Amino acid sequence: MAAPIGTKLVSARFGNLDAQTLAGYEKTGGYGTLRKALAMRPEDITNEVKASNLRGRGGAGFSTGMKWGFVPKDSKTVHLVCNADESEPGTCKDRELIYWDPHLLIEGMIISAHALKAVHNYIYIRGEMMREYVVLQKAVDEAYARGYLGKNILGTGLEVHLTVHRGAGAYICGEETALLNSLEGLRGQPRLKPPFPAIKGLFGNPTIVNNVETLMNVPFIIDKGGAWFNELGTGRSGGTRMLCVSGHVNKPGVFELPMGITFNEIINDVCGGVWKGRKVKAVIPGGVSMPPLDADELDVPCEFDALQTDERIKPVMVTPTQSFDLGGGRQLRTMAGSGGVVVLDDHTDIPKAVWRIMKFFAHESCGQCTPCREGTGWLEKVARRVADGNGKPDDIDLLASIAHGIAGNTICALGDAAAWPMLGFLTKFRADFEAAIAASVKKRAS
Amino acid sequence: MSLEFSADAQKKIAALCERYTPSPAPKQPVVMAALHIAQKEFGHLSDDALRLVASTLGLPYAHVYGVATFYTMYRREPSGKTTIRMCTNISCMLRGGYEVLAAFEKQLGVKAGGTTSNKAFTLIEEECIAACANAPCAVAGTTYLLDLTPEKVPSIVADLEKHPSPESEVV
Repeated sequence: MAAPIGTKLVSARFGNLDAQTLAGYEKTGGYGTLRKALAMRPEDITNEVKASNLRGRGGAGFSTGMKWGFVPKDSKTVHLVCNADESEPGTCKDRELIYWDPHLLIEGMIISAHALKAVHNYIYIRGEMMREYVVLQKAVDEAYARGYLGKNILGTGLEVHLTVHRGAGAYICGEETALLNSLEGLRGQPRLKPPFPAIKGLFGNPTIVNNVETLMNVPFIIDKGGAWFNELGTGRSGGTRMLCVSGHVNKPGVFELPMGITFNEIINDVCGGVWKGRKVKAVIPGGVSMPPLDADELDVPCEFDALQTDERIKPVMVTPTQSFDLGGGRQLRTMAGSGGVVVLDDHTDIPKAVWRIMKFFAHESCGQCTPCREGTGWLEKVARRVADGNGKPDDIDLLASIAHGIAGNTICALGDAAAWPMLGFLTKFRADFEAAIAASVKKRAS
Repeated sequence: MSLEFSADAQKKIAALCERYTPSPAPKQPVVMAALHIAQKEFGHLSDDALRLVASTLGLPYAHVYGVATFYTMYRREPSGKTTIRMCTNISCMLRGGYEVLAAFEKQLGVKAGGTTSNKAFTLIEEECIAACANAPCAVAGTTYLLDLTPEKVPSIVADLEKHPSPESEVV
C-alpha cells in the first residue's frame, strides 16, 4: 500500500523541541534501531537499503543501495559524508530536518557507517545554517558523551567518528566533488568524474556522499525492513518524500508527502490553492535547476521517474523545431530534483523570474569551466535586458544558443542547472519573452 | 606577525587538527574552521589574520588566501555587529523580497553590501537561505527573520540593535 497523506517518518518529530536533546530523542524511541543494526552484518544492512528502493533526496534521485554497492569490497579506509549544504533555491527541508531531529541524522549515519565499514565520517553543513550548526554540534557532542560515537560504540568494538564541518558560503559545494574539495580545505571547485567518489573520494579513499533526508530514512528501513519501506512508495521509489512548497500558494510549507502525489494535489489539497484566487502559470518541480512545468502538466506525480519520462510533460526544446538532446537522443522533460516546488501564478513576470534564476547561477558559478563561467554571466545580462524592457529582437535565439553552448560542456552539473531552466522556460513560455521584447522594440521606436 | 589566537582558539584549532587524521595533510581541512575562528577573534580577515592561519596550520599563505576569497562568508573588511542576510532569490522575490530589501536599505540608510556608520549592521543581498516556505526571509546569525513585509522592518531593526545577533559568534 502506498503511504497515505499524513504518513510521517523523517518529519515525525517536527514541532517537538525536546527531541533535539538526546534524552528527548531516546524518549521517543531514538537510538533503538542503532542497537538492532549493530547486531546485523554490514552487508545485510546494505541489502535492506537496496530492497527499500530508497533514492537519493539531494537532487539526482540515484539508488542509495546501489551507490553503497560501488565501494570496492577490499577497501581499507572508507568515508561516509553527509551533504547538508542545502542551497538549491526553493529547497528548505534539510535545514528543518537538522533543526528538529539532529539525532535521527546521527543515528542514520552511524548505521550507514556500520554498513560501509566507515570509521571517519563527516557532515558538511552549509555555512549560513548557523542556528542548525549549533543544534547539530551539540547533538554530536551528546552522542559522543553517551557512547553512540567514539572508539568502542556501545561496547561493540566498532569505531565510528563524526565531525561537523562548516561551509562558508558557496552553492557549488553542494556538488559532491566540490564538497569533498571543500572538506579537504581547498577552494570548492568540482573534480572530474570518473573516478567517482565511491572509488576515490575524500583523501583519496572510497567515499559515499548522501543527502540529509536520505540518511535519516535509513533507521526506518532497518527498523521495519526494506520491503516495508518500498511498499510506502511507488514501486521504483520507496518511502515518502519531503517537499518544500513556496511561491504563490495560500499555505506554503515543508511537508512529508506520498511519493506519488501530483502537483495539482500538492497545490490544491496540501497548500490551499493558488493565492489571491489566481491560476497557476508555472511550477518549478524540484529547485530552480529543473525545467518548469506549465499549467497543463500538473497531473503528473512528483516522483523521480515520472518527471523524467511521463509523456504528458513536453520535452525541452532548443528552438521550436529542435529538441534538446540529453545524450544518445534522450529527451529532457524535467526532474524531481531537491523537492523544492515553486509555484508561479498567472500574474508572474516570467522574464523577470528567469532573470533572477540566471543571476543566481552567474553568482554561483565557480569559474573553473569557461562555458559556465562566461555563459552564466551572459545569460544573466541578456535575461536582465529582456526583463528590464531593453530586449532586442534576437535575444530569444541568443539566450537559447548560450544555454545550449553550456549544457553538457562543463565538469559539473551547475552549467546544466543554468541551461536547463533557461531552455525550459523558453520552450513553455516563449510568448512571454516575445511579448517583452516586442514591447521593448516598440518603446525604442517611439 | 602582529596577531595571535587566544588560548581558547588555539585549543579549539588543535582539537580540530585531530579530526581529519585519515588525511595525508591533516591540518589542511581545518583551514575553513580556522578562518571562521579568526573572524570571530579579529572581526574580519585582514592579511595578518590570513598569515596567522597559515602559520598556525603550516600552510602557504597563498593557499589560505585562495580559500578565504572563494567563500562569501569570509569577510576581508570589517563589518557591522549584526549581519542581515536578506534573500531575494526566486521564492522570496515572488512574495516581495525586493520590497523588503528596499525597506531594510531605507531603515538602515545603507545599500545592500554596506555597513551602517555606527557599525551596528551590515546588510547583504543573499542567495537562497533555505527558508523558502516562509518567504520573504532573512537570516541574522542564529536568528531567522521569516514571513517578512516592509512594515515589519523598522521593529526588527530596533530589536536587533538592542539584542545583536553576531554571526561570527558561531564557530
